[in-house]
Amino acid sequence: MLKYIAKRLLIAIPTIFGVTVLIFLIMRALPGDPLSVFYDPSQITIMSDKERAAIMADLGLDRPLVVQYLSWAGNALRGDLGTSFLRGDSIAETIGRRGAISAEIGILSILIAWFIGLPIGILSAMRPNSIGDGIASMLSVVFLAIPGFWLGLLIILGLIHLWSYHPPILSSQLWQDPWLNLQIVAGPALVLGLAQAAFVARMARSSLFEVFREDYVRTARAKGMKESVVLLRHALPNALLPVITLSGVLLGFALGGSVTIERAFGTPGLGNTLIAGAIDRDMTMVQSIVLVYSMVFVGVNLLVDLSYSFLDPRIRLD
Amino acid sequence: MVSTLKIAGFDVFRYIRTQVTHYARNFRTFSRQRPVAAFWIGVIIFLVFMSIAAPVVSPKDPYIPDFLKVTNSPDAENFFGTDFLGRDQLTRIIYGGRTSLFIGLISVFLGVGAGSLWGLASGYLGGKFDLISQRLLEILMAIPGLILAMILMFILGASVWTLIVAIAFTRLAFGARVIRAVSLSVRETTYVEAARSTGAPTWRVIVFHVAPQTFAPFLVLFTTNIGIAILIEASLGFIGLGIAPPTPTWGSMLGEAASNLEPFWWLVFFPGLFITIAVLAFNLAGAGLQDALDPRNRGTIE
Repeated sequence: MLKYIAKRLLIAIPTIFGVTVLIFLIMRALPGDPLSVFYDPSQITIMSDKERAAIMADLGLDRPLVVQYLSWAGNALRGDLGTSFLRGDSIAETIGRRGAISAEIGILSILIAWFIGLPIGILSAMRPNSIGDGIASMLSVVFLAIPGFWLGLLIILGLIHLWSYHPPILSSQLWQDPWLNLQIVAGPALVLGLAQAAFVARMARSSLFEVFREDYVRTARAKGMKESVVLLRHALPNALLPVITLSGVLLGFALGGSVTIERAFGTPGLGNTLIAGAIDRDMTMVQSIVLVYSMVFVGVNLLVDLSYSFLDPRIRLD
Repeated sequence: MVSTLKIAGFDVFRYIRTQVTHYARNFRTFSRQRPVAAFWIGVIIFLVFMSIAAPVVSPKDPYIPDFLKVTNSPDAENFFGTDFLGRDQLTRIIYGGRTSLFIGLISVFLGVGAGSLWGLASGYLGGKFDLISQRLLEILMAIPGLILAMILMFILGASVWTLIVAIAFTRLAFGARVIRAVSLSVRETTYVEAARSTGAPTWRVIVFHVAPQTFAPFLVLFTTNIGIAILIEASLGFIGLGIAPPTPTWGSMLGEAASNLEPFWWLVFFPGLFITIAVLAFNLAGAGLQDALDPRNRGTIE
């Protein structure tokens, strides 16, 4: 088991290295240096060549690309992401503050997805082709197509018109004002959770459906076991594996989706910071946030892999 | 015209003609057996037609503001209401479909297409090339699609073609992974071995013996990825990284509507409804195609 974990961790290292290189190359090697937006003659702010060279030197942008990459990656490893290109704030501090809210939304959404999606999937698989199954599969198909930010806007509209309530536009952490914090994260988490619930329900249904046809389930039923025991003891543990893998894939989907959903709700999370950074052309901020999103994604997929081997002993063998 | 175009002894025209009649005959069976998928294919055709014929079918001009009719709710004259500049929203939605569908179709064609070629080569050739390709794909897939498209738009700047490139880039890995798996399994079949043993060059085996087998999965990938591409395009438009105004797109219309703390319902409802319908149509058509083309379901069609 330990050997397997070590092997998986070793495989992840080149991927993490590759991702940082890819992000760095996209941000630096494509046409237009980071200052071009300020330097571009068609823009309002124009600086002289000398001023520009001085700023480039100050930011370390005149060094060779390899040196720039190494110093960026080295600093990032030590948790130092530098300062915002525009505002001069510490990026790590901003990400910590905003990221806490986004992380809360992400975790809540996964809980919502499992609590809604799994029971629906189980009920559908137990009564396939019933009316309930039909409605559930129709709903899951629809929720896969609805853009999260649209659903978010519709919820906001509904709240305004029905209860003249608008989600707070202030920022608050869980440990500062839990009630205010809950009002901030509830909307985005619900929207994000519903979309994932659709996937979870579909996957749970099809995977349970297959397990129900296995010999050992028939044996359990033939022994005269109660249906609930057959389901909970025999079928569900095996049917959950693909659903767990799916959750890892879903997280990537959720990470991307959370950016637009945060914008719809005006949530003071990481996604909104990324959008603001992209629109203000705050290069260092964008680069760091993208790095954080990718690292979270790689990390969760690693965890899913490991949990998979924990749940299915066959995988550890090879 | 008699078909005489032959490439390396392969009659191209005849091949295309038999394929077309084959699919036309199959489509009738298909629509009888999978009415849901056939219905959504009809919706896709409707949306595409609406986009192509936008100047003819739209009631108003999508760009000229009318300050006497700013944010009117839907009425007999403007079915979907008017926006902040008094432009007819139905017209802007029709024109928005043009941009959204065009970008979705082209970007997926390029992205999934290039990815499929990559996967085809990587699966068949194997060895070091395959190993390196696999690592590169893993890296590409480690960055969530929308975020990858965001930073590409951030660097490349907003235009139709940069949008297409950015979205295509995010689809690359999805095409490559699926087609690689198909290519890997086809490589081991006896007829490919037979082709190789007759001394056919590698390119010939790939083009005439392996590639045709990847067509069905490619079609499914193509259709289902368009839905995702439309969602990415709408998301980018929504957060203000898509095509610059005044060009209407469904996403940017929603973005404009959301800039109000208390949005007008018709400015939110209609563009989102069209995104949902379009994505739903491509997803369900793709699912129907997947069912129909899956060899395990043979016998249900023909």
